[in-house]
This record gives sequence, structure tokens and C-alpha cells, in this order.
Amino acid sequence: MSDRMLTMAEAVREAMSIAFDERPEVFLLGEDVGIYGGAFGVSGDMYHRYGSERVLDTPIAELGIVGAAVGAALSGMRPIVEIQFSDFTAQAMDQIANQAAKIHFMLGGALHVPMVLRTPQGSGTGAAAQHSQNLEPWFASVPGLKVVVPSNPADAKGLLLASIDDPNPVIFLEHKLLYKIPGRDPVPEGAERIPLGVAKVVREGKDLTIVATGIMVNKSYEVCEKLAAEGISVTLIDPRTISPLDMQPVYESVEKTGRLMVVQEGPAHAGFINEVIAQMAGSSSFGSLIAPIKRLAGMNIPIPYAPQLEKAAVPQIEDIEAAAREIVKNWR
Amino acid sequence: MSANPLLMGHPLASTENARHALLYMCRIRKFEEAVEDLFGRGMMHGTMHLSIGQEASPTGMCMALTVQDQITSTHRGHGHCIAKGADLTRMIAELLGKEIGYCGGRGGSMHIADVDTGNLGANGVVGGGIPIAAGAALASKMMKKGTVAVSFFGDGAMNEGAFHEAANLAAIWDLPMILFCENNKYGMSSSTEKAFAIDNLADRAKGYGIPGVNVNGNDVVEVYEAAQIAVDRARKGEGPTLIVAETYRWKGHSRSDKNLYRTKEEIEEWRLLDPIPKFIARAIKQKKLTQEQCDAIQQEATDAIVASVNEAVKAKAADPAGLLDAVFKKVSA
Repeated sequence: MSDRMLTMAEAVREAMSIAFDERPEVFLLGEDVGIYGGAFGVSGDMYHRYGSERVLDTPIAELGIVGAAVGAALSGMRPIVEIQFSDFTAQAMDQIANQAAKIHFMLGGALHVPMVLRTPQGSGTGAAAQHSQNLEPWFASVPGLKVVVPSNPADAKGLLLASIDDPNPVIFLEHKLLYKIPGRDPVPEGAERIPLGVAKVVREGKDLTIVATGIMVNKSYEVCEKLAAEGISVTLIDPRTISPLDMQPVYESVEKTGRLMVVQEGPAHAGFINEVIAQMAGSSSFGSLIAPIKRLAGMNIPIPYAPQLEKAAVPQIEDIEAAAREIVKNWR
Repeated sequence: MSANPLLMGHPLASTENARHALLYMCRIRKFEEAVEDLFGRGMMHGTMHLSIGQEASPTGMCMALTVQDQITSTHRGHGHCIAKGADLTRMIAELLGKEIGYCGGRGGSMHIADVDTGNLGANGVVGGGIPIAAGAALASKMMKKGTVAVSFFGDGAMNEGAFHEAANLAAIWDLPMILFCENNKYGMSSSTEKAFAIDNLADRAKGYGIPGVNVNGNDVVEVYEAAQIAVDRARKGEGPTLIVAETYRWKGHSRSDKNLYRTKEEIEEWRLLDPIPKFIARAIKQKKLTQEQCDAIQQEATDAIVASVNEAVKAKAADPAGLLDAVFKKVSA
């Protein structure tokens, strides 16, 4: 077992490099992915290692970039598109939602779109409302897209390799605060894939089940550690891919703990995490619940600029801790 | 109806080529008339966008292409599909919602694609296919395939951001692409006079540093000649060309259209510029075809459409059972 501690940016770059080495049809295109190395440094030195034809700098033209990736994917290539901020996918939404997502179904299976769209999302950088959103529900609500939300470098590597293999369009949402910090677990050497649609039970406990996505997995993990010291044990589940969604471990855990809390950074209203609640409500495991389901999510506001305002807009560790304590103490 | 071999060359180069040009224009005309008839009789549902009057543009363009060359098409895409060599029965069957239809009944008129003839699909979004064609051209360049990608679109699409972004990408990367605008004078009810502040849409090419040419889109010979120059340039790696084919949509935008935005006289003027008799007269004059041959070719097109309709009508209706499994392509182990 390797003990390499990588950041998410390094792990994503490593996965892309492995895919580049494995398949000549894989290439990366996006704004400033070349000499600049990507706005968040994810492509790094790939331009120098693979050349300008495979690490393709584009003009600022998100619709054109994604459209070109769709057309290339239809014609034998396997593009990885980097959109500089997930907020800018709004510019490209026709190609994402109307073209890439629907081509295989709509054209009767005649064609398919093996494309990965990677993009950083999330708040915490002081970049304000147009550079900080969590847009999972935009993508998760479109049939035909697979949506991956990695929470740590090791998962990001294996999931990205699986995403590049996938014959369908995959939206790969990377939280920008995770780019520069090492994960809890080492990143394995080699090219092992983590299949899409398989949730991860991060830790197991008997008092509470927490389902969290992206960076909220990390925040929740810290809470789990703290509560464990006080004798409250928590199961933490990271869906990893939100489309398709693997609910089985959630059902199994709730049957043991009887309590469920869901945590996401994006706004609560019509957010992705509500799907977890809806599926739980319709399942036979619902009867195991002894407490109302607790939802922690971002406020229903655009992400504000000032640090104290930005912090207030999304769940913080203290919020998760307080909510977890409350549900365990109040419902016995 | 087997896929046509394409790369026919000049429509007046030989009797065979003249026959191809006339046959394909007539197939498009008869197909569209059949669609209108089936709608009228309540046998088709949804909507339809007919390209009657515009047949010379796709026919001329596609006579300069190989089967491997790729196209993207539009909501008014039956003509492109036929000109590239699609199977008429599978097309009609798709419009009738049949299992043997090109999309198994899941796409309908606006989403027919045909991999065998390089057709990456019609598109329900105006301008949606233009960046996709740029991507196909990018793949051709990266994989050294030697193929070109043609994006057909209407005048309306030239005001979409997608046109601008794709034209610029194709230009800066010297992609083997042809941006083929069928200027049929209206984006639904918006005339080009209202929607553009320039008279000649091909002038837009200057802004991308690429050639822009204007052709009579109702003259299959003129379309072919411009297409051939653009294809040669693309195959040599010299980059994209914008072709603007001036033509006219005889019928309304779709079946809800009451033609309130144009006059009967205007429509009549353009009907006199019908591309089919124009080509027949020229082919006879240049002794490539006789009147008898032309009559027989038109009859052959009619017969082919009738046979396709009869076969498609009898085919099995699309089955909802497999819908959920059709969203994603299966991941191979």
C-alpha cells in the first residue's frame, strides 16, 4: 500500500496523465489549461509533457469548447473539458444538457458521447456569487449525465479514471478548497478505477447516519471524530457519484442507527441532497427512523463576498456538530 | 434504399451525376410532400419543418462529400439527411414513431442521425450542431482522418453565440470544416432584414479571417462548385469556409405557421425559382439527360417514397419497455 499523500489537484492531474498514457484519443481542452497550467493549477505541467495538441488552450468560449468536445467525442476522441469555474457552465448549458446528455437516447443509441467535463465549484475563496456556486442539482436533474462529486484525492483519481472510461458524458465537480490540501488517505499508485455509482462508507457507527457530499464529507468527518471521543458513534456515507446514486448503504445504515442527517454545501431548496431524503422516505427502511430527518444545507441566497457573510451562507463544522448532537440527544 | 456512394462530383460532369443530382432533389421534394400529407391525414404527430424549395443546397453540398465526411443538421433537416444518403424507410418510420425508425421513435423528425453516412444528427436547438461539427473537424484533424465536417444551419443560427464561438474555433485551429448557411430568409417569422444589419451574411466570414462566399442556393451546380472549393481547402488543412446559400422556404416554419409575416406574392416569386425544373432545363440543354430520363427519375423518386411510406406504416410501433435502459450507453466490462 502506498503512503503517498497528494492534493486533489495532484490526484486529478495524475489520473489525467494515466489516461493520456493509456489512450491516444484522450485530450484536455479548456481555458488556460496549457502554459498557465489551469486556473487552479490542475493541469500543471501537462502541457509540457504532452504538448499543445493534447493540452489544448481555447479562447474564452464555453459553449464552443463544450460543443467541440461533444463533436470530438462523437467522432472517436475522448475529450476532458475543463470549465474554469462551474458557474461558467451556464454559458455552455445547451451543449451539456440539450446535446451531450440527450444524444445517445434521442438518436436511438446510434451515437454516444464519451466526454468528461471537469469543473471546480464551491464557496470559501471570497470570489462571490458568480464564482462560488454548487450546481449539482442542475446536472443531476438532467437524465443522460453522470455526476461525480469527489471528496478526497484518492477517490478523485479512481473516479476520474472511471469517468474517462465511461462511454457517457460525465460531469466531474471538484471543490476548489480541496485542491491544495492533502486527503486523509494516501493515493494509490497505479491505474485502479473506482466504479461510478458506488457509495463509500467512510466510517461506521451506531447512533447516527450522516450522508454528505463533496467538501461536507470532510467537515462531517471532523465532527464524527469529535463526537466519537464523547461516545457518540456516527456512520458517514459519501455517495461519491450523485448520478447514478447508490442508496443501499444509506438504507442499511439507517436500519442500524435510526437517525439520518444529510449535509450539502449548495442551497437547501430543491438541492441534490433532497433526493436522498425522498428516496429514504419511500423506502422500507423509513420505518427504522426514530427521529425526523435533519437537513443541513446552504442558505437560499447567492454566495456573498465578505468572509463572515460567506461563512454564514454554508454549513460549517460547528453547525454540523450542533445538529448531530441535537438529533442524537433529542431522539432516543 | 441503400446508402449512396457520394463523392459524385460535379452535377453536370456526366449523365450519372446529373441523374444523382435530380434524383436526390426529387427524393427530398417527394419526402417532404409525403410528410405534409401524412400530417394532414393525422398519421404523424408532433411537428414538422419542411424544406420544400431548398433541395438544391444540401444536394449540391453533399455531392462534394465522401460517405465518411460528416455533417450536422438542423430542425429542418430531412433534406440534409437524404442528400447524405440516409435510408428513406427508416426516416419515414422514425417520423411515424416506429421501432425500425432511425431513433427507434425516441427522437422523431428533429433528431435523425445516420452513422453509416456520417450524419451526426439533426438538432432541435438552433445553432446546436455548429460547435459539434467543429468538434468533429477537430477529431478529424487530431486523428488525421482526412475527412471534413459540414454544419448546415439557417440564417437564424448566425445570430446565435454558438455560430460565433464555433466559427472562431474552426478559424483559429484551421479545422477542416464548412459552415453552410441556408439563408431561407426567415427565422420562423423574423426576416433577415429585421435580424441582421448587414445585407450579405457571408460578410460575417471576414470577422473570423476565413473565406465567405455567397451562392444561389437554388442552383445545385453553383452550390456544388462553391462546396468543392471549400472541401478542397478544408482537406488541404487550410481551414474552414463559410458558404451562404440564398434560398427560400416555400412552406411555413412549422405546421402552426399562418404565413402572417410575408406576402403570397413573395412566396409565388420564389416558387418560380424552383431548383428542380431549373436543373432539368440545364441538364437537357447540356445533353446530360433527356426529358424522358428526367420524367423517369422523378417517377423513380415518387415510387421510392411511396414504397417507403407503405413499408414504414406497416412496421411495429416503438415500444416503451426499453426506455429506461436507453438513456446511457452500457459500460463495457
